[in-house]
Amino acid sequence: MTVFVPACLEEAFDAFDKCPDAQLLAGGTDFMVEVNFALRRPPAVVCLRKVEELKGWRLEHAEVVLGAGITYAELMGPQLSDLLPGLAQASRTVGSPQIRNAGTLGGNLGTASPAGDSLPVLAALDARIVVASKKGRRSLGLDELIIGPKRTTLGPGEVIVEVRVPAALGSQEFLKVGTRNAMVIAVANVALVVDWAGQSVRCALGSVGPVVIRARDAEEFISSRIDWARRTLTDEGDVAEFTALVRSAARPIDDHRSTADYRRHAVGVCAQRALGRVLADHNGGTWEQTSWAS
Amino acid sequence: MSTALGTRRRRLGESAARPDGVPKVRGEFAFSSDLFSEGMLWGHIVRSPHPAAAIRGIDVSEALRIPGVRAVLTSDDVPGRKTYGLDYPDQPVFAWDVVRYMGEPVAAVAAVHPETARRAAAAIIVDYAPTEPLTDPVAAADAEPIHPLGNVLHRQRVRTGDPDAAGTVVVEGRYETGMQDQAQMGPESGLAIPAEDGGVDLYIATQWLHIDQEQMAACLALPLEKVRLHLAGVGGSFGAREDLSMQVQICLLALRTGRPVKMVYSREESFLGHVHRHPAVMWYRHHADAGGRLVKVEARIILDGGAYLSTSTAVTMNAACMAPGPYRVPNAVVEAVAVRTNNPPCGAMRGFGAVQVCFAYEAQMDKLAAALGLDPVELRLRNALKPGDSLITGQVLRGTAPVAEVIRTCVAAPLPAGVPMTTAELELPGGAGRTADRDRVRRGVGFAVGIKNLLYGGGFDDYSSARCRLEDGVATITCAAVEVGQGFVTLAQQIARDVLGGVDVVLAPPGTTDIGSAGSTSASRQTWMSGGAVQAACLAVRDRLLKSVSSRHGVPQETLDIVDGRVVSLDGQVDIPISEAARGDVLEETVDFHHAPTAELDVDGQGDAFVSFAFAAHRAVVDVDLDLGLVRVLEIATSQDVGRVLNPVQLVGQLEGGIAQGVGLAVMEEIVLDHGRVRNPSFTDYVIPTALDMPPVHIAALIEEPEPGSPMGAKGAGEPPMVSSTAAVVAAIRAATGLELPRAPVRPQDIALAGSGPGPVAGSGPITQEVSP
Repeated sequence: MTVFVPACLEEAFDAFDKCPDAQLLAGGTDFMVEVNFALRRPPAVVCLRKVEELKGWRLEHAEVVLGAGITYAELMGPQLSDLLPGLAQASRTVGSPQIRNAGTLGGNLGTASPAGDSLPVLAALDARIVVASKKGRRSLGLDELIIGPKRTTLGPGEVIVEVRVPAALGSQEFLKVGTRNAMVIAVANVALVVDWAGQSVRCALGSVGPVVIRARDAEEFISSRIDWARRTLTDEGDVAEFTALVRSAARPIDDHRSTADYRRHAVGVCAQRALGRVLADHNGGTWEQTSWAS
Repeated sequence: MSTALGTRRRRLGESAARPDGVPKVRGEFAFSSDLFSEGMLWGHIVRSPHPAAAIRGIDVSEALRIPGVRAVLTSDDVPGRKTYGLDYPDQPVFAWDVVRYMGEPVAAVAAVHPETARRAAAAIIVDYAPTEPLTDPVAAADAEPIHPLGNVLHRQRVRTGDPDAAGTVVVEGRYETGMQDQAQMGPESGLAIPAEDGGVDLYIATQWLHIDQEQMAACLALPLEKVRLHLAGVGGSFGAREDLSMQVQICLLALRTGRPVKMVYSREESFLGHVHRHPAVMWYRHHADAGGRLVKVEARIILDGGAYLSTSTAVTMNAACMAPGPYRVPNAVVEAVAVRTNNPPCGAMRGFGAVQVCFAYEAQMDKLAAALGLDPVELRLRNALKPGDSLITGQVLRGTAPVAEVIRTCVAAPLPAGVPMTTAELELPGGAGRTADRDRVRRGVGFAVGIKNLLYGGGFDDYSSARCRLEDGVATITCAAVEVGQGFVTLAQQIARDVLGGVDVVLAPPGTTDIGSAGSTSASRQTWMSGGAVQAACLAVRDRLLKSVSSRHGVPQETLDIVDGRVVSLDGQVDIPISEAARGDVLEETVDFHHAPTAELDVDGQGDAFVSFAFAAHRAVVDVDLDLGLVRVLEIATSQDVGRVLNPVQLVGQLEGGIAQGVGLAVMEEIVLDHGRVRNPSFTDYVIPTALDMPPVHIAALIEEPEPGSPMGAKGAGEPPMVSSTAAVVAAIRAATGLELPRAPVRPQDIALAGSGPGPVAGSGPITQEVSP
């Protein structure tokens, strides 16, 4: 097996010229497990860790531009967790410290697991994902990149290079249900973003469908029921309707990790709690952000 | 070495440091997966992907053509008996004609590189005709036999007293426990080296070298002395290494190729390649009088033994005999049946049949307390076994039985504080997922008591052999007892120092079959049995030494003692170092240690089948997210009947480790099967408790009443922590939710989707009653 360790994107593209079937390696926390289980035997691997263009992040106007090689541990850092609190929270739920040091945002996107923890947050933030190849760059929404379980529209020789998300947008919540208290694959997860300026609620559901699902009906309904001036719900009964709409948006399955019924139930509970926290937070409520060690 | 820190010289009752502790922590300890031999080949086993299929043919020609492949073996290549088994050889070395579970070995490959071996394995074409698997244990006994020996592996009845006796209060229940895995960290691994005498030397991680040797010799068609086993570093076992795994296959490959062969299971293969804890379905009916005294227990227990017998006979016997728990029951009608199915084979795991029934009988005791309007702890105290009482097998408790003491001391432990508003979210149910809503979290407290038989019984003499050799003032201890991590290596040194007055002690290299059997490292038996053998061997050497000093110096032997490495007399006339006392003689004694004999059970399950019993109580405190069904175990308090504490730190390790596995079975650990197929053979999906899931263990009391017959007064301590901790955790979840929860592990959906809507209930204990008039 050939292993390429390019230092820049050009070298990565060159590697694909030599070996069009090469597998991209961006952290390896999923890929190496598959290799160890002998499920994958790629002819060549392009290791992206040293690619300069994929490292770090920057602010561009009101947007955060995240290099695809950014790790979960980096997303949990003090500055990024202020700018992208939902993504930081999702990162905290990923695996163990070792996994969070190795796993990357680009890797999470490329793997395209229905349970990917960063994906609901990116969906709720309407993130744009920039991919590049020798032929040039294109910018995609999450639903344009990921089209099925572990299926993306990445073309041959194409690399995810950056993710663009709005900085410090409104209030953000991420909740993840698993079968133990840490280091677990999501049975269901929910990201909820309330854009106070834009007067909209966005809610994305993970692990309850082949891809991340935006609960659009629920979003529209609850956006129309929030008193945006007072940042409260006009009728507390609307929460039940919102929850029901979230549940009906889910398209879960039974598998060895959980049941479809439970997953549907869980995304409803999580979305309801996320909404409650966001509203309480902006209504003089008692919810306190916990300070996390990163 | 830097471990000398004073702790290496400690004697019995003190926390002596492990001789292998520092190397293990520093990564310098050689586990069986680290073995290496010049020119070695790599073995790989081809396993059935089907839970049930006919084999119409096996084509190995393609695999043999792959460069680097040195051998491909199937059942035709087994020179001796083609099956093996701990109790009865019903399990094929390689399946022929038919496969009966997913993961059953069909062929094996040796090649110059592990990847080559895997590729060759993939190139072997097995022509399977899949058949409908038999996977329902309840239906298995009456189903079409899936093996010539039939589908009933073992049936154990226990009847005592009047089968028609009836109580004024009756409670019933149906309970289930899932298939738990030992999840030992070290995967199965070994190195087989062919010898010039036509035999083979196998370096292997196992639990009992000599029982492996017997089974292997029959399959390899070699005399015992040509099948030599050497213990390699064992990374945990918990029962997973009682059955043979690769032993026969790897030796066949080595003998065929004339080269050393190494094999290491992947984690997935480990899950498929060792036995699991028997899942159980249990129907119970408890009768009590108005005063809360048990009148009768009826139980029917079905254990899923999977495709082959393994240790199902003894597991079934334990389940039947322990069916009422640590309580006085004058009348009993119990039947336990282990059945054969196309599910993975089940056998030994920590707790061994006592865990499943404890989950059921303790739920029943809580139900009964509720029906009687009695405090559940008070009900247990009224029925607690005490010395002189009889089990339902008619066996009278001749040893210690501080059941009431473990209950009282455990309950007396202070409860942890309530959930403060400042609790970090990480510490609420759901943990890192940050799902909890404080208003929807309820706390519950649950209590359970368990009984576990110690050592082998049923008429089996599981003796242990040990040798002590005193030379130049250094005692060398040789014993085939397998160190799996439990700390026998520490204890053996402590015992020798104790008997020989602080002498320097060396342990001979890990056990081999060159010496006598030490029996299995299981059934909480090595401290008693091999500890007893080491003690007896050391006592024999001590006696010879003092006799010789006595006659040489003309002082009575009974005035001589060994103190701090010197032989001294009471009057001070003799005071010489041990090394000089022997005058250059080598004193060597080998002793076989036997426990008191036991008997087979008769047709009604009556007889003195067990050597001894240990008891433990657990009190669990849990927080439950009522809507999501997520559970956080806050604390486990425990009291245990240990006889005597020989090494406090190691004892705590046994209690905490057993409780961790008990918590796992209560809330997360289960091999998930779909029509006989294992769906979660990985640590990604077979989840075990993390540091966030494992609560602090509060040891309320260690009850030290020396056990008669136990050489140092100690009782085995490894299994009781596992027996009742699961039951306590689930009782606490019942208390928090008001749900019946008759199945372990409790899954989030069992709580969140329970239907009627969970509501908090004050205090511990069961809530739903099924009271017949």
